[in-house]
Amino acid sequence: MIYGLVQPDAGQMVLRGAPYHPHRPSEARQKGVAMVFQHFSLFDALNVAENVALGMENPPPMGELAGQIRKVSSTYGLPLDPARLVGDLSAGERQRVEIVRCLLQDPKLLIMDEPTSVLTPQEVEILFRTLRQLSAEGTAILYISHKLEEIRSLCDTATILRRGKVVASCNPREKSARELAELMVGQILTPPARAEHTPGELRLEVSGLSVASPNPFGTSLKNISFQLRGGEVLGIAGVAGNGQDELLLALSGEITTQAGRVKIKGQPAGNLGPNERRALGLVSAPEERLGHAAAPDMSLSENALLSGNLRQGLSSGGFINWAKVETFAAEIIKAFDVRTPGTHVAARALSGGNLQKFVLGREILQNPDIIVVNQPTWGVDAAAAATIRQALLDLSAKGAAVVVISQDLDELLEVADSFAALNEGSLSALRPARGLSVDQIGLMMGGAHGLPETPALAPKPEEARL
Amino acid sequence: MNLSAIDFWILTASLIVASTPILLAGLGELVVERAGVLNLGVEGMMITGAIAGFATAVHSGSPLIGFAGGAAAGAAMSLIFAVLTQYLLANQMATGLALTLFGLGFSALVGQGYVGAKPPMMGKLDLGPLSDIPGFGVAFFRHDLMVYLSFAAVVAIWYFLSRTRAGLVLRAVGENHDAAHALGYKVVRIRILAIMFGGAMAGLGGAYLSLIRVPLWTEGMTSGAGWIAVALVVFASWKPGRLLLGAWIFGGITVLQLNLQVAGVQIPTEYLSMSPYLITILVLVVMSAMGGRKAKGAPGALGRSFHATH
Repeated sequence: MIYGLVQPDAGQMVLRGAPYHPHRPSEARQKGVAMVFQHFSLFDALNVAENVALGMENPPPMGELAGQIRKVSSTYGLPLDPARLVGDLSAGERQRVEIVRCLLQDPKLLIMDEPTSVLTPQEVEILFRTLRQLSAEGTAILYISHKLEEIRSLCDTATILRRGKVVASCNPREKSARELAELMVGQILTPPARAEHTPGELRLEVSGLSVASPNPFGTSLKNISFQLRGGEVLGIAGVAGNGQDELLLALSGEITTQAGRVKIKGQPAGNLGPNERRALGLVSAPEERLGHAAAPDMSLSENALLSGNLRQGLSSGGFINWAKVETFAAEIIKAFDVRTPGTHVAARALSGGNLQKFVLGREILQNPDIIVVNQPTWGVDAAAAATIRQALLDLSAKGAAVVVISQDLDELLEVADSFAALNEGSLSALRPARGLSVDQIGLMMGGAHGLPETPALAPKPEEARL
Repeated sequence: MNLSAIDFWILTASLIVASTPILLAGLGELVVERAGVLNLGVEGMMITGAIAGFATAVHSGSPLIGFAGGAAAGAAMSLIFAVLTQYLLANQMATGLALTLFGLGFSALVGQGYVGAKPPMMGKLDLGPLSDIPGFGVAFFRHDLMVYLSFAAVVAIWYFLSRTRAGLVLRAVGENHDAAHALGYKVVRIRILAIMFGGAMAGLGGAYLSLIRVPLWTEGMTSGAGWIAVALVVFASWKPGRLLLGAWIFGGITVLQLNLQVAGVQIPTEYLSMSPYLITILVLVVMSAMGGRKAKGAPGALGRSFHATH
């Protein structure tokens, strides 16, 4: 709204003492407001200079602009070549393009929406240095994030929003991350209940798994090995785009390899497809809900059939038993509190969180021996996220092996027994999750595997809990 | 068989005339597709432009007014497409096909009174001594105004797309309409303008067929020229310069097969008449076999409907 994309229903904004109500982003830009978007507003097939020019009100001729881009990017330590195609840049470099575009307009107010979700810890450091330099030069920065440690280290004041309402304002440096989290969620956080259990028999064995990514811009997996026993939860962290999707595909059977690379309950399964792996007891839920986990235009019962057919016996002799399908879909909706008028509704019509509950419920209710999920609570509200995590823990308590791939470290520390990080397609060694600090995890994600544990890196109780 | 009857320079001259309609229509479609819209109604807009241009020229007695009428009719047809796809979010493929069918039927209806009529002739542009250059002058400097305007359009559209801010915005809209919207550009308005430009160019191409190339009105006289124009855009990798080259290749094949028929080559004429279309299919297959979407340079948002969600 501050950027003029949406108009307010009521109330007013004041910018530098004057009433401010932009009707268009161009008006906001003229008044010195610049925005870095969460999902980049960049054009892959255009070069850096052209992308920058599109975000400016009165861009100079291209040659001159290229010079300005070089100058600004070197001043703030953000190296960029104006002639390169944006499609070839890394996520961090793309964000630099966005930031440089804003800086060239000499903004008075810079809005950043979740800027670090696609960056490595090192890139985050560079970004923060730039932001501190900017704020020292007199630019106001509005930084939107759900990562509490970032807010604590960077911001002077914090305003906490919950469901579109301001619930608190505070100085984040005086609050602990836990207090901030409780303000955000609005309730005392109770970690999900988990029963003590002894690990069962070996369920999933991955050894020396290397696969090329099916996506030209994807990350290939390099020599991944781990073992997982029944009742164990393995949490896999990593910055987006470090091989998470590929790992899920390789485990679910969408990418096949040599038989011995993946063993399900001791049986070589690397060369089997998803249905054969389901028959062996391995189910999975990918990150992309619409189009990958669920067919958008098919009804919920049809979607339930697609994955549940084999394990739930929903068809016989090539004919679908619709009564059974309906019962299965209704069971998922009831057990996971999916808010929908009924099983006939198209998957597309559900909100992201509701569809996520349905997709995960569909897999969990199949009573698998192994379940692999990627970003299970992405875009889901706090209460639903808790339900999903609890369901995963219950499943592991029943003796299933659970692999949770996620970018949400708090989530991983909450559910995982053991912990590993993906970095450029390689997996770090597994470590027990209990007692692991966010600092240590950050290093694992950045690729510094196996660093000696110095006292400085010893877990701080405050952070370890979150 | 007497191949020596085919004079290279005269062949080149007739090649240029034959390629002008598909060049004009192709340039229009190129701009439309660069804005991210796939309008398959080029054939329909062309034939509407052909009859409208023919009728206005016959009534006004001026071929230039005829061309203006053809362009206006093409733009009006494209406006139907624009409203359906940009405001009502209809499927672009289906709407384009419907536009082609509608244009063919509508032009046949309107054109009933004009069968056999004779349009006013458009004189060759007098280029003085240039026309007298032996060979080269025959091929390039004895044409009408529209041919030179179509050459100018190639340069103008190239300059517009690669050098101007408006062209950059148009490409941005075609590449990623969500990002363009987030930056505050009017996606729908820009696309409608592009669609109407495409319609006007297709109308001009059609009018060139009925006023100069043939010059007569017959039902369905475009006979697939609009489709060749659509294929040309792909062939040209969405670049105006290559579009000119492609138009000449296809124009050349059309003219050559006519000449070969006249020269009495021992190939059944049906095969020769087929050849331009066969080559079109062949080129498209070769192009798509050569590389991915990126290599071909297709606009990222081509054919996708845009609806502002915020």
